[in-house]
Amino acid sequence: MAGMSDFASKPPTQLPGQRRQPFGRWFVDKGWRHLVGIAAIIFALLPLAYVLSASLNPIGTLTGSNELFRAFSLDNYTEILTRDGGIYLTWYWNALVISVVSSAATVLLCAMGAYAFSRMRFRGRRTGLLALLILQMFPQLLMIVAIFLTMIWITDVFPAIGLGTHAGLIMVYLGGALGVNTFLMYGFFNTIPTAIDEAAKIDGAGHARVFFTIMLPLVTPVLAVIGLLSFIGFIGEFAIASVLLTDPRDQTLAIGLFQLVSGFQSQNWGIFAAGAVLAALPVMILFLLLQRYIAGGLIAGSVK
Amino acid sequence: MADVKTEASSASTPPKRRRGGQPEFGPKRPLTSGGILALVIKVVLLGIIDALAVFGLYVLVGKGDWVAAAVLVAVVALVNYIYLKPGVLPAKYLTPGLFFLAVFQVFVIFYTGYISFTNYGDAHNSTKEDAIAQIVRTSQERVPDSPSYAVEIYRQADQYGMLVAEPGGGTAFGTNEQPLEDATSAPDGWERLDLNQVLRFQDEVLALTVPVSDDINDGTLRTPDGSTAFVFTSTLEYDEAADTFTDTESGVVYSDDGEGNFRAEDGQTLTPGWRVVVGWENYAYAFTNDQIRDPLIRVTIWTFAFAFFSTLLCFALGLFLAIVFNHPTLRGKKIYRILVILPYAFPTYLTGLVWAGMLNQEFGFINEVLFGGANIPWLSDPWLARLSVLLVNMWLGYAYMFLVCTGALQSLPDDVIEAAKMDGAGAWRIFRSIKLPLLFVAVAPLLIATFAFNFNNFSVIFMLTGGNPRFPDTTMPIGATDIMITMVYKIAFGSGGGRDYGLASALSILIFIIVAIIAAVSFRSTKSLEDLH
Repeated sequence: MAGMSDFASKPPTQLPGQRRQPFGRWFVDKGWRHLVGIAAIIFALLPLAYVLSASLNPIGTLTGSNELFRAFSLDNYTEILTRDGGIYLTWYWNALVISVVSSAATVLLCAMGAYAFSRMRFRGRRTGLLALLILQMFPQLLMIVAIFLTMIWITDVFPAIGLGTHAGLIMVYLGGALGVNTFLMYGFFNTIPTAIDEAAKIDGAGHARVFFTIMLPLVTPVLAVIGLLSFIGFIGEFAIASVLLTDPRDQTLAIGLFQLVSGFQSQNWGIFAAGAVLAALPVMILFLLLQRYIAGGLIAGSVK
Repeated sequence: MADVKTEASSASTPPKRRRGGQPEFGPKRPLTSGGILALVIKVVLLGIIDALAVFGLYVLVGKGDWVAAAVLVAVVALVNYIYLKPGVLPAKYLTPGLFFLAVFQVFVIFYTGYISFTNYGDAHNSTKEDAIAQIVRTSQERVPDSPSYAVEIYRQADQYGMLVAEPGGGTAFGTNEQPLEDATSAPDGWERLDLNQVLRFQDEVLALTVPVSDDINDGTLRTPDGSTAFVFTSTLEYDEAADTFTDTESGVVYSDDGEGNFRAEDGQTLTPGWRVVVGWENYAYAFTNDQIRDPLIRVTIWTFAFAFFSTLLCFALGLFLAIVFNHPTLRGKKIYRILVILPYAFPTYLTGLVWAGMLNQEFGFINEVLFGGANIPWLSDPWLARLSVLLVNMWLGYAYMFLVCTGALQSLPDDVIEAAKMDGAGAWRIFRSIKLPLLFVAVAPLLIATFAFNFNNFSVIFMLTGGNPRFPDTTMPIGATDIMITMVYKIAFGSGGGRDYGLASALSILIFIIVAIIAAVSFRSTKSLEDLH
């Protein structure tokens, strides 16, 4: 376990020649930490290992999944990918399209809002910031009935962005864009010295050029964090999507996988596990690659 | 040259607040601040918006929805004004986000409030005219000695129509919406269905009910086979003048009861009803009806308990692990930290479903492997199910708290801790009297945000238990682990019909009020607003 030592910030606590602490002192200082760490890792990874093992187990029932890593076959994977004419891939594609478009648009709208709040002075600015801060406490799920009925009404006028369309769902998601993330982004914009954009303006750059070519590159880390966090949020969003997307061919991973195991939990378990692994892996890899930024973003948004 | 004056403050601090800060507009400027490309993009986007608006206006006026048409015109005019007028920079940047926010976050809050004062739902989902037509349509029976009419079935897109050879020798054409009108042939654009197509679209053909005339009491024509049709009339006769239905067989009279139903003397109602404003009835129902009052109280208490204990457990475990791994010379610290936050990266909806399988009473991993084949009812006993939900939510949420606490611990001021060590304080004393209070100040706003999040944590409940085990003392589809938001979802969109949007909205408003109180209290106590510039 302790394969990777931390070379950074290692104070010279030991005198030369005194190579080892006595065991008792070592245990009180560090040993118990390793025990806790191993227990925490088992607690954290057991469900994940279980899903992976179940997805590779050809028996494919709940009972068959209880022996971890006893068998190795890709039957469940071929089954989930080919079942019902490959509808799993359709769900996957739908989830990706909806989440990528929604999170990209969220980042853009947020950045524009944060730019206005951070760099401009106008009447209602403080009130606006305050309102956004308060609005983010009320998740859209609370208004799900009204959103559903609003979408029915929109369907009558613009069927292309109404009920059952991806465009309609994305629009609903964008309703929460400004409220949820603008505040975090606003804090980051404030850390960029105003001298930079002042200088650009003196050189004759317009506000749009300052925003797109100077500000956005400087706040890239926070754009990445908000983009990723909202992407993860959208790809796992179940409740609103399940109400607005009625046709199975338009639905997303979260809805499809939920239906796969609701009612047929035991029979479909292996197939579900394979679907879950395929759904979770890209998100987890992305998360691990960017986890340094995410941690920074979360903490910056809180401790500031 | 942009036209918003910010103070040229020192290079590293954000601009200070200025009193009465008003943007100052420079001299007359061109249409955009950028070059020709910016102008083209702007014109194209505005053109698309305006074209869509014209189309929407056409549809709305066609429907006679003047209020919506007026709102649309006002909004589009405002957007054009904002983007064509030089200056008004803040509006240029905020409008796109504010537009979606206004519709799908602010408007829907008020709309929820309005719906909560109506009887909107499956039993009352449309206007009174629709309800009358629907009642007549569903209570129809074939007239015993109806002559048979020869008919041909026609189709246009998804509309179906009937060309009828009348006994008098003429022919007439009609559809579901359009009563029979004399016509020598079907209108242009309608194509006749041959026998194969009649069989293929038999559901639509069987559903075709063409009104004989404008008077709904004259009955309709229906065809069982696509070639002959018979007259069907309703056993319920609608009297427009008196606004009543009369059952032609029993003579019972149903009249408008003012609550969206036609009701007889004995209290019998005709379905469907229609939408009317019922005032505080939904709220009164929630607080007084036996079927819902006690379960609602239990659900509310559990919602608070769930949010509180979830936050507490996640914070406790996250803080504990953060302290354990916050050691300068611990080997493998990086690996520990990465592995420990993996649950945070696992999608929420999958977490609930996976744990539901692991906690399965008969075949699940937990019972079979960890408890050696025990039969512990993790998800079917009310209290064990509540415990399971809390533990699973802890698995899901502690990593976030771990990240936050790690960051906060690392940013604690060293000098204070050094000073305490000098004064001879032990490790525990330093932690209790210095580290914990400082850390608490840093993460307090996050704890409140987490509490508010868990208060409406739909995913983990819905996926893990679905709110079950069911309450035995109510017919409503709610159970021991339901929190308020899942209760709303089930009442509004639950399977098994009986959707009640009015009641669900009333409960939404209750949640809204509770969350608003939490928000107000937390803002006043954390003073997180002091750093608003």
